[in-house]
Amino acid sequence: MNDQWIDVCAVGEINEEDVIRFDHGPYTYAIYRSADNEFFATAGLCTHESIHLADGLVMDHVIECPKHNGRFDYRTGKALGAPVCVNLKTYPVRVDAGRVLLAISV
Amino acid sequence: MSQDNTASTRDYRLTGPEAARAAERGLVSASWYQSPISRQRMKQLMQRRDGPALLDTAIWLLALLITGFGGYWFWGTWACVPFFLAYGVLYATASNPRWHETGHGTAFKTRWMNDALYQVASFMCMFEPHVWRWSHARHHTDTIVVGRDPEIVEPRPPSLFMMLLSLFQIPLLLKTMGGVCRHAVGKMDAQEQTFIPESEWSKVFLAARIWLVIYAVVFGAALYLHSWLPLMYIGLPILYGGWLSYLFGLTQHVGLAEDVLDHRSNCRTIYMNRVLRFLYMNMNYHLEHHMYPMVPYHALAQLHEEIRHDCPPPYANIGEAFKEIIPTLLKQRKDPSYFVRRPVGSSRPATDAHPQAEATLS
Repeated sequence: MNDQWIDVCAVGEINEEDVIRFDHGPYTYAIYRSADNEFFATAGLCTHESIHLADGLVMDHVIECPKHNGRFDYRTGKALGAPVCVNLKTYPVRVDAGRVLLAISV
Repeated sequence: MSQDNTASTRDYRLTGPEAARAAERGLVSASWYQSPISRQRMKQLMQRRDGPALLDTAIWLLALLITGFGGYWFWGTWACVPFFLAYGVLYATASNPRWHETGHGTAFKTRWMNDALYQVASFMCMFEPHVWRWSHARHHTDTIVVGRDPEIVEPRPPSLFMMLLSLFQIPLLLKTMGGVCRHAVGKMDAQEQTFIPESEWSKVFLAARIWLVIYAVVFGAALYLHSWLPLMYIGLPILYGGWLSYLFGLTQHVGLAEDVLDHRSNCRTIYMNRVLRFLYMNMNYHLEHHMYPMVPYHALAQLHEEIRHDCPPPYANIGEAFKEIIPTLLKQRKDPSYFVRRPVGSSRPATDAHPQAEATLS
């Protein structure tokens, strides 16, 4: 399996301390921009009930599911307590020429 | 209006045939309608603050202290009655929305404050903390879906006898104490196993054992002192002060549609005065809460203003809600398929969910 870099959006399309949804093929991802201007990516759906995390609130380095308050550290994908028990998958992200790129395995 | 049900009396258990039927009908973990609101505005509304809940909690605890002291001071005379009536409502009714809001993680910005008040309020309203955390998550996933939602207050047809007992929270007391004893010896019932992951069971068992120790101490104190007084503060308030919590609970969904994917059809928003909103922590905006559960209680009135154009008209007061609820319950005794159809308009359910977020028929 090799990583393939996918163009997600321009840097300015994600606000600081916020998240957007990115769909690619049959998969959905959540792309984050932290308050200190770093970018991260995780699977797009909460591991509890398959809710889109991009509708949730980013607080510091935590994404909160908009439905049940499941929280994850989006840098590591770590589930931070009930009702989420399963960690999120994370993906490499980089910025190149003002574009946010996401690495997915192909 | 009557619903198209194949049977007049349905099986509300989570382990019965209705669970599979709900899955077949695409009602499990499905996409629910949400009134449109911009991401920017929603982010503003979802922002957490410590200030409002710190003030609210301070007032609540002070009121408990004053009424509790009045009850002690006048104990043995009729003058203690109004103090304990107030104490009971503050203890057993007001604790319920505080359990609820902290369970959603929306009362405070600071996580440990939510967790601490959650444990205290759970004990006061007799909701086992870990059982109800998971049960409430399911309630939000499958709101009033028969066979899936463990928090349907009045299954149809309603029993007036059970409702009378519920006014004194007797069914809750018996169910909770049965659950606490079962969990204290490390057992889960079949229904609980459908919504509590096994990895969480040890927390359920530990909390139940701690509760039993607390109750044993309170009972021991009552026996030692030859007085009911300790039980008037811990234990009995659920019986004499939980009535308003039950009435609040009736207003949320009772008499409205089952098995729909639109909270505008199965939730009530009711205007209430400041005292009731304080006790109820703004859960009178129940439709808004269900549609956007991560909006804190102190921002629900603002959310209501944002989406009210897309929602059925709110009820003017709690009395207007009961003018609808009581006749509906009486009709449902004869016709369990009867329910109130709220004027929802022509908006159709959201369909932009990603394929992976569609109903998982499991």
